[in-house]
Amino acid sequence: MQRKVVCATAWALVVLAAAIVVGCAPKKQASTDSASKVQITGAGSTFVYPLMSRWSSEYAKQTGVQVNYQSIGSGGGIQQFKEGTIDFGATDVAVSEEEEKTFTRPFVQFPVVAGTEAVVYNLPGITQNLKLTPDVLVDIFLGKVKKWNDARIAQLNPDVQLPDMNIVVVHRSDGSGTTYIFTDYLSTVSSEWEQKVGRGKSVSWPTGVGAKGNEGVTGQVKQLPGAIGYVELNYARQNNLAFAAIQNAAGQFVLPSQETGTAATRAAIERLQQDVRSSIVNMPGENAYPITGFVYVLLDKQPKDTAKSAEMKKYFEWVLKDGQKIAAELDYVPLAEEVVQMSLQKLAEVP
Amino acid sequence: MNEPATDAAASARIRRHSRSTAFWSDRLFRAVIIASASVLGLLVLFFAYELWQSSTLSIRTFGWRFWVSRDWDPVREKFGALPFIWGTLVTSIAALILAVPLSLGTAIFIAEVAPRWLQQPVSFVVELLAAIPSVVYGLWGVFVMVPWLREHVQIPLEQRFGHIPLFQGPAVGVSMMAAILVLAVMIIPYITAVSREVILAVPQSQREASYGLGATKWETIRRVVLRYARVGILGAIILGYGRAVGETMAVTMVIGNRPEISLSLLQPGYTMASVIANEFTEATSPLYLSSLTEIGLLLFVITLLINALARFLVWRVSRGEVRY
Repeated sequence: MQRKVVCATAWALVVLAAAIVVGCAPKKQASTDSASKVQITGAGSTFVYPLMSRWSSEYAKQTGVQVNYQSIGSGGGIQQFKEGTIDFGATDVAVSEEEEKTFTRPFVQFPVVAGTEAVVYNLPGITQNLKLTPDVLVDIFLGKVKKWNDARIAQLNPDVQLPDMNIVVVHRSDGSGTTYIFTDYLSTVSSEWEQKVGRGKSVSWPTGVGAKGNEGVTGQVKQLPGAIGYVELNYARQNNLAFAAIQNAAGQFVLPSQETGTAATRAAIERLQQDVRSSIVNMPGENAYPITGFVYVLLDKQPKDTAKSAEMKKYFEWVLKDGQKIAAELDYVPLAEEVVQMSLQKLAEVP
Repeated sequence: MNEPATDAAASARIRRHSRSTAFWSDRLFRAVIIASASVLGLLVLFFAYELWQSSTLSIRTFGWRFWVSRDWDPVREKFGALPFIWGTLVTSIAALILAVPLSLGTAIFIAEVAPRWLQQPVSFVVELLAAIPSVVYGLWGVFVMVPWLREHVQIPLEQRFGHIPLFQGPAVGVSMMAAILVLAVMIIPYITAVSREVILAVPQSQREASYGLGATKWETIRRVVLRYARVGILGAIILGYGRAVGETMAVTMVIGNRPEISLSLLQPGYTMASVIANEFTEATSPLYLSSLTEIGLLLFVITLLINALARFLVWRVSRGEVRY
């Protein structure tokens, strides 16, 4: 009796499995046939992920072309692109000349959007934007300026009643493009920082505590009086954190915003035309915000699937033209017109 | 005279029977269980081999110095694991010290002391705690526990006992202390739930015998119940420790992620699992990646050693060599 039941169940399972296999196979065929639309797959930078999703949903609405983007991190994006498992990679840090030599296929990289990083802080009762010079900022992150009422900070902010409070540096604990851009800036303005710490996605921080992700740093700064950290501008805005005006290369104190970020990309155009990898931190220009960076896209110059490559080209043309308005809506920094032109030229190298 | 003969005949019949009818199913069953057991064994070997293989670059570059170096500089590619080993061992052992008495107390309460109507609700709450994902513990840690800890525990401690290295400031909230507390809260339900089951499994006759000899409730629990259940309780503690060593998410969120060795509980630290989770995705250079893998290998080895030690303890205890 029992064995019969077992047998019957086993048979039922086998039949069910067969039905599933048989039932699924033709359906799969049908879906690829009928859609016949290209599926573009990209991966990389987590910073650009919210914007990428918005871009692809808007683009799918207009054209029906599906762009799938996985936010696995810039390093992962470069790796996967190199191995040829994805159609395009996105990274916050341009692929360096050295790294480029390890690629087996020719590719192009160009900026698609930019972002600015705010230096955020938590000082109870102080909502004004503090003014900070590069050397004071460096010394805070080196652990040399330890108190908020330090004479050097007070001198820059005579109208602010600064508290006698310890400065606690909060940095990213995970490897990130955000950290790269920030430490790139600190290395650019200070040879001491460059020698002691240097630039990288993860560095050996002289002081402070680490928190995971932009949201981690935001949370930590928000609840810890005396804390200072760096986050993408939209995190500072959405969480109502106070942020500093940083003195730029032209000597002006500038707040992070779309306009000041775009101004920085505009100021960088000559360097970019010489080398697209050029860092755009601490750019000259009255209105340029100094802690600004690009998101780059990597595309194959000799794609296997030319039909797909053509679709991808159309998509990125759209991103560089119409996509910039959407970027502004989401608190990213739209590229200056000159930079858009340069990126379009780079894109033209793709067949 | 006749009896042995029939006996032999009977056993022969039984043997024949088992050979004819149950033969193929027994064989199949044996094959299946041997296969599943060896898959697990092979998996462990495969992990060890793979970890070793991927960390050869780091092992060749740094040698044994990797174990004792305090450097962790991804920019200059100087790597050492000591701060992470320190952080992992200190947080997990301290969490265990906090969690074991609390868990055992709760388990004994549920199994031996609580009135029947209270047993179920308390057990339910404990099991509920075990089901909470670790990231939720982390969020609670960051937004509720850490600020409270800083205001009401760390700052007073620093002010009064700041001269003792153990409580040296400045207190910033995220710290070894926060990690220890979160870990303790996380492993309490495991140790409690398993210990309770073990205590409930102690035969009633043991307790009755003890009471019959005139022992009090406390004496019975201590001398009879806990003694009978000690191997199982040790197993529960090992299970909890295993979780504390490997816990990643919640610890990362509250420990401050600073690769430094400090005696102070108020200072931030770092654990092996946390650094892998934090830095693996963006580690692009081969040496960096290899060093992170070697930390994984170290974690593997340390877990193995602890488990072996625990096995040895269980073996000694169950042989009755350790008395308490």
